[in-house]
Amino acid sequence: MSNQCEIRLSGSGGQGLILAGIILAEAALNDGNNAVQSQSYGPEARGGASKSEVIISDSDINYPKVRECDILLSLTQIACDKYIKSLKKNGVLIIDDSVNIPQRNDIQVYSLPILKTAIDKVGKPMVANIVALAAINAITKVTTNDSLQKAVLNRVPKGTEELNIKALTEGFNLV
Amino acid sequence: MKNKKIKLMQGNEACVEGALAAGMKFFAGYPITPSTEIAEISSLRLPRIGGKFIQMEDEIAGMAAVIGGSLAGLKSMTATSGPGFSLKQENLGYAVLAEVPCVVVNVQRGGPSTGLPTMPAQGDIMQAKWGTHGDHPVIALSPSSVRETFDLTVKAFNYAEKYRMPVILLTDEVIGHMREKIEIPDPDEIEIIDRLKPEKGLDEYKPYEIKEGQVAPEMAAYGEGYRFHVTGLIHDETGFPSNDSKVAGDLVNRLMKKIDDNIDDLTLYEEYKLDDADIAVISYGITARSAKSAVDMARAEGLKVGLFRPMIIWPFPEKQIAQLGKRVKNIITAEMNLGQYVLEVERVANKYTNITKCGKANGELITPDEILAKIKEVQ
Repeated sequence: MSNQCEIRLSGSGGQGLILAGIILAEAALNDGNNAVQSQSYGPEARGGASKSEVIISDSDINYPKVRECDILLSLTQIACDKYIKSLKKNGVLIIDDSVNIPQRNDIQVYSLPILKTAIDKVGKPMVANIVALAAINAITKVTTNDSLQKAVLNRVPKGTEELNIKALTEGFNLV
Repeated sequence: MKNKKIKLMQGNEACVEGALAAGMKFFAGYPITPSTEIAEISSLRLPRIGGKFIQMEDEIAGMAAVIGGSLAGLKSMTATSGPGFSLKQENLGYAVLAEVPCVVVNVQRGGPSTGLPTMPAQGDIMQAKWGTHGDHPVIALSPSSVRETFDLTVKAFNYAEKYRMPVILLTDEVIGHMREKIEIPDPDEIEIIDRLKPEKGLDEYKPYEIKEGQVAPEMAAYGEGYRFHVTGLIHDETGFPSNDSKVAGDLVNRLMKKIDDNIDDLTLYEEYKLDDADIAVISYGITARSAKSAVDMARAEGLKVGLFRPMIIWPFPEKQIAQLGKRVKNIITAEMNLGQYVLEVERVANKYTNITKCGKANGELITPDEILAKIKEVQ
């Protein structure tokens, strides 16, 4: 059987979750795996609920959408409330510490100061997505850290490399 | 081994890459979700290679400009979605009758009307075939992956040039927007077909003269010095209008024969685990991915199920579907609409086998579980 991991990144529009999904999928390709990234969105561009989905597999990926996920990231309460049911039994939930810990005792929960770390330690709220990716990777090892860093540097704007490396480092340190 | 060009790419991006690889030099259109990236990326890329991009005032004008670009000698494409595809129909017919090669991409979204702009559908299957009025030939392709979007866009240009007609690429919101691994082939691995250019001099050229062995007339470009007339009226080989019933009958029949006489060239499909199958699922585009998963799930339970996946959906692969009907006890047609392609499957295979449809039109993909449930129902 194929080894497949389904990841849902959720939060609000503008938090960079679609970019985070793209980076995670590219990191998986760097590892030599297969990956599909997709998103669902409404007509709004900012605010509102946003989610990005990534499937990583060592073989072909047919159905491209995530149904029940192995890993769920929720940066907002609304997103967590909406998607918590879609997390598989024994799945990994990573939430910002501003989100209430949900009532489920069949999952692993990591409540981490993702948004605060981006603001206080890295100094830019917009790198919360990169902090979150590092935390996800530190917990789940879904890609290798080298591949993740390479993927981050490949996607972020020129001149922000140092900032994003710092965001990765702080994210790894959260775990 | 050298590092092949492996990338994570969106379907819409792969469509533009395929178009550029095939030689696209002109894009005109009116951006509409979920096809917008095709216009956006074309607007970035075309000027860098000496091509032209025009955003027109609406979809009708976009299609008209594409016809003009092609008549001026450039490989031309437009992309649209939903109500935009409805607006293209009149000029699509013009391109058929005037024999103007071009590619029309329809990234399908939920309908009718403005419908569900950000959600997928496969509801334009019959519209692709019959959307413009009159008897006319249609070539429509439907990719199931990002890589196949690249490949079939190249093919769409090749067929357009070879048969001198518009070719429709039918994708959908999910294929267009999802990102997956793609290995872009080297240019020397890609077959490119160009339209035939006139052999005769300026004075002797007849724009719609067919010579022995040709599937479509030789095509001069406006601006090269040739003077010729192009019209949406029935015309003779000079290009000027005619009301003669023989001319009319001969022309429409000749247009249809482009498809009928070249059906093998215009048949492209994948068979998956069909060899010993009792049940065949017929599915295309994004839904075929769910169908493939469903086949694997059914096989794991010992059910003999296979998949027939047409990549060219029009012309309809009649011969193959009829043979399939004789081989299996059941055919399930899975498509993201309430029953369109299944009508053709029924027409061809109803006398040989049981046919069931599996469809929905609510903006959501058909899941492998839904197809598996249908397999168990008919089994």
